Amino acid sequence: MLKQQSEPTMEQIQEQRIYATMGLSDAEYEMVVNLLGRQPNYTEIGLFSVMWSEHCSYKTSKPVLRQFPTTGPRVLQGPGEGAGVVDIGDNQAVVFKIESHNHPSAVEPYQGAATGVGGIIRDIFSMGARPVALMNSLRFGHLGTPRVNQLFEQVVAGIAGYGNCVGIPTIGGEVGFDHSYEGNPLVNAMCIGLINHEDIQKGLAKGAGNSVMYVGAATGRDGIHGATFASEDLGEDTEAKRPAVQVGDPFMEKLLIEACLEIVGHPALVGMQDMGAAGLTSSSAEMASKAGMGIEMHLDDVPQRETGMTAYEMMLSESQERMLLVVERGREAEIEAIVSKWGLHAVHVGEVIDEKVLRLVHHGKIVAEVPVDALAEEAPVYNKPSRVPAYYEAFQAMDETLPVVEDVVETWRALLKQPTIASKRWVYDQYDHMVQTSTVVAPGSDAAVIRVRGTNKALAMTTDCNSRFVYLDPFVGGQIAVAEAARNIVASGATPLAITDCLNFGNPDKPEGFWQLQQATAGMAEACRVLETPVIGGNVSLYNESAGKAVHPTPVVGMVGLHEQTEWITTQHVKQAGDAVYILGETLPEFGGSELQYMQFEKSFGKAPQIDLALEQKRLLALQATVQAGLVTAIHDVAEGGLAVALAEMTFGTTLGLDVTFDGPALHLFSESQSRFVVTVKPENEAAFVKQTGAHRLGTVTDQDLLQIKTNDTLIEATRSTLQADWEGAIACYMTSKD
Amino acid sequence: MKFAVIVFPGSNCDLDMYHAVKDALGEEADYVFHTETSLEGYDGVLLPGGFSYGDYLRCGAIAQFSPIMEEVKRFAAEGKTVLGVCNGFQILVEAGLLPGVLHRNTGLKFMCRTVELKVENNETRFTSDYAAQETITIPIAHGEGNYYCDDATYAMLQTNRQIAFTYTDNPNGSRGDIAGITNKAGNVLGMMPHPERAVELLTGGTDGLKLFTSLVKQGAHHVKTTV
Amino acid sequence: MKKVTVAIALRESILDPQGVAVKGGLAQLGFAGVEEVRIGKRIELLVADETTDTMIHEMCQKLLVNTVMEDYRFDVEEVTTV
Repeated sequence: MLKQQSEPTMEQIQEQRIYATMGLSDAEYEMVVNLLGRQPNYTEIGLFSVMWSEHCSYKTSKPVLRQFPTTGPRVLQGPGEGAGVVDIGDNQAVVFKIESHNHPSAVEPYQGAATGVGGIIRDIFSMGARPVALMNSLRFGHLGTPRVNQLFEQVVAGIAGYGNCVGIPTIGGEVGFDHSYEGNPLVNAMCIGLINHEDIQKGLAKGAGNSVMYVGAATGRDGIHGATFASEDLGEDTEAKRPAVQVGDPFMEKLLIEACLEIVGHPALVGMQDMGAAGLTSSSAEMASKAGMGIEMHLDDVPQRETGMTAYEMMLSESQERMLLVVERGREAEIEAIVSKWGLHAVHVGEVIDEKVLRLVHHGKIVAEVPVDALAEEAPVYNKPSRVPAYYEAFQAMDETLPVVEDVVETWRALLKQPTIASKRWVYDQYDHMVQTSTVVAPGSDAAVIRVRGTNKALAMTTDCNSRFVYLDPFVGGQIAVAEAARNIVASGATPLAITDCLNFGNPDKPEGFWQLQQATAGMAEACRVLETPVIGGNVSLYNESAGKAVHPTPVVGMVGLHEQTEWITTQHVKQAGDAVYILGETLPEFGGSELQYMQFEKSFGKAPQIDLALEQKRLLALQATVQAGLVTAIHDVAEGGLAVALAEMTFGTTLGLDVTFDGPALHLFSESQSRFVVTVKPENEAAFVKQTGAHRLGTVTDQDLLQIKTNDTLIEATRSTLQADWEGAIACYMTSKD
Repeated sequence: MKFAVIVFPGSNCDLDMYHAVKDALGEEADYVFHTETSLEGYDGVLLPGGFSYGDYLRCGAIAQFSPIMEEVKRFAAEGKTVLGVCNGFQILVEAGLLPGVLHRNTGLKFMCRTVELKVENNETRFTSDYAAQETITIPIAHGEGNYYCDDATYAMLQTNRQIAFTYTDNPNGSRGDIAGITNKAGNVLGMMPHPERAVELLTGGTDGLKLFTSLVKQGAHHVKTTV
Repeated sequence: MKKVTVAIALRESILDPQGVAVKGGLAQLGFAGVEEVRIGKRIELLVADETTDTMIHEMCQKLLVNTVMEDYRFDVEEVTTV
């Protein structure tokens, strides 16, 4: 057996600056000393280091997050709990949140992605909600190198392995490929749950004397300092930090879901929270702090998977699939009876106390005693210096140079084969997207849709962020990220409700990095206000850099929308020959950050496309009205690759074709101008549709295997089957031939 | 007709099976926990898909020793209806109620898509509402659905017309394109595709519905002849 | 106590797709002459001294191994309790 290493003394922690290896600054250490009125011991400084990490405290991002609108007539719970909650009528609500697991996935892609899924599911059911769908947003480097292929393959396998086993359908998301993510992939997972209003839980440790109970997997040494790990750059020594990666057990998670949801509504349950980042520490300190109480914990009673664990190790462990419950004193057996039915145990590990401290007792001695508010509420907040990056000024000053396209059809086909645009069937084939039999629109349309069982309602969901635009112009790119998500929701026939966001950025200690964060969130906040989609929660992942280079700023937007009637559900696919094809929105020569530009230069530069949020909202509302009036047969938003790609995508999987005329040069078919939709309409509804939307007629749906686009300078033709084969086979081709 | 939907730790299509019977079929269904020991009062048993016991060791290997499985075996031996789908099929082969074994898909990946099946034998209590050789589309969702049996067993399956469904485009490497088989007596069916996921137009078509309506007809007939 | 190590492999007649994939991977890495790769699993049990080989066979055949597709063998090693 390993010999127990003795822990550093209080003096050593100070003199040798051991706190610095845990990610605390000198000033932060001094704050801890002041808050405690003495030097912290090793366990205590460990508690502070995780609770004051960016991941748990938002100490850097708090000032920018304050910009977000977080309330609205439907919002029942905004940021601050495990997940946000939005009313969907009939006493029901939707609960959702997105979270990153970027660094663990970079180090061990399968387990990193799997445990990311596990963590976000716990955030949902700890609110008392039944998880009904999973989504994700993934970014990798350029596909085709062995390293990127392996990361991509393993991340997808990890998401599939976990989600499939717990029986929650993974119904959609997005995958993007760009050099900027070469050394630092992004793995963001989102979970959506359903709940009745009266079942909404709060993570509160109320009532002195009540029992603190531990349910789920035993605690091991895995994942110690995971929250701190997530708040640092990926450096050369990342490999050496491997122990920080946890292993997921989806079977245990499935049992936890069933046990916890059976406990929800039980009168003996006071509060419930999952042990996520910083495990026992964050769950106990946050539950106590929110309730204005304290917790005394008996560490000898904590279920342990390994022998000889110290208080420090137990408190900082990020072992997966664990929940902390507060239960009315004297009624522990009732909770245990439910939990044991699922083969688990609820173990008494402490009590709620009046003193507002977290007191840890181990081997009969008090090993740590720290005010809970100091841990959960009093982390420093920084207003970091911000500076406009030189690249941004250079891009703004650039003349708009138009790309040169010699063979329009070849360019069209090449774009459809770009991994970011190509069919993601290789990915979603591995996800069980049908379990729970409520999936109405499976992956592959603008937004995924599930019905709300027992009602005639449905929910639409999407994850979006075009990070190239955010890189070129963070403010505009932030606006576009929210607007694009809203477009996808509206294209599915739904009304946008609210968003959750996952802010993936580089090192905020660099003034240029912080500027990107400030600008992007300001843009998002404005879009959220105009489009009436408040932010109900989310996650911040900073320090996404490798070898000193930051990823493109990637504020992923997870949006959920509501269909009041399932009859309003709309997909992007054309339905019938003879339907008229319309475009809504102007096409300008905008190629900065476009897929065409990236394909030609393998980088993004210039200005981001412009966006007018008021116009966007007007268009979204008009489109919703036409859906609800039953005027449209298909809607697709125009995104990466422009109109040419959008038109092709609408025919894929059908036996139909298109005959359209585009009023502009062929090059503009690849422009990525914003706020555009392609809509198909039955001939008898054309007049009413045009009256409500002012859309411009492009042509008709045909029954031919042919897509024909007349432009001002060229006639472009390709068969649907050729284009579809290009688009469908691209990713599988990258995965099999190039590694 | 009253169905028992067996719930093992890790089952996750139990809800789908339950709603297929209750909502789409309009028959009765109860969840029956793996620790139960009686199937008294039920006309049919449904073993749902999922990952019983995490599919640790082998798919279905641990579930076969649940207390309820003794009763399922007795129930099957009496000639009553037992349907195992996906993980349920895996449990039935592990428990020895059906021959053969299900192992890893040849492509090594989990696969979720809608596939085309051929009804090889429409003279079973599970398939009588289908036309002979009818092709139907039903979703699959599995990582270990590759059916294997030795030559003698395969010959026996053919001779006894135990092959109920085959894939028209084999997705997983199954021997003889097998998607579902019955026992010799014809009262136990195991299949990898999910008929319970294809019972409503809104969520994936209705080609699975006839499997359930076949059972109900047979059940009604059974009641009539025994009364 | 005795330590039992059970080695489980797919039977000869059964295609081992994982093994085939690994064989391809080795070939791509330039390891020529790898004739075949078979992937199995290894289970370690710590059992009481009185556990007989017959009992171990029974454990294998009832649960640990599916003899329709898998073969197994096991080794028994005496260990002194800590």
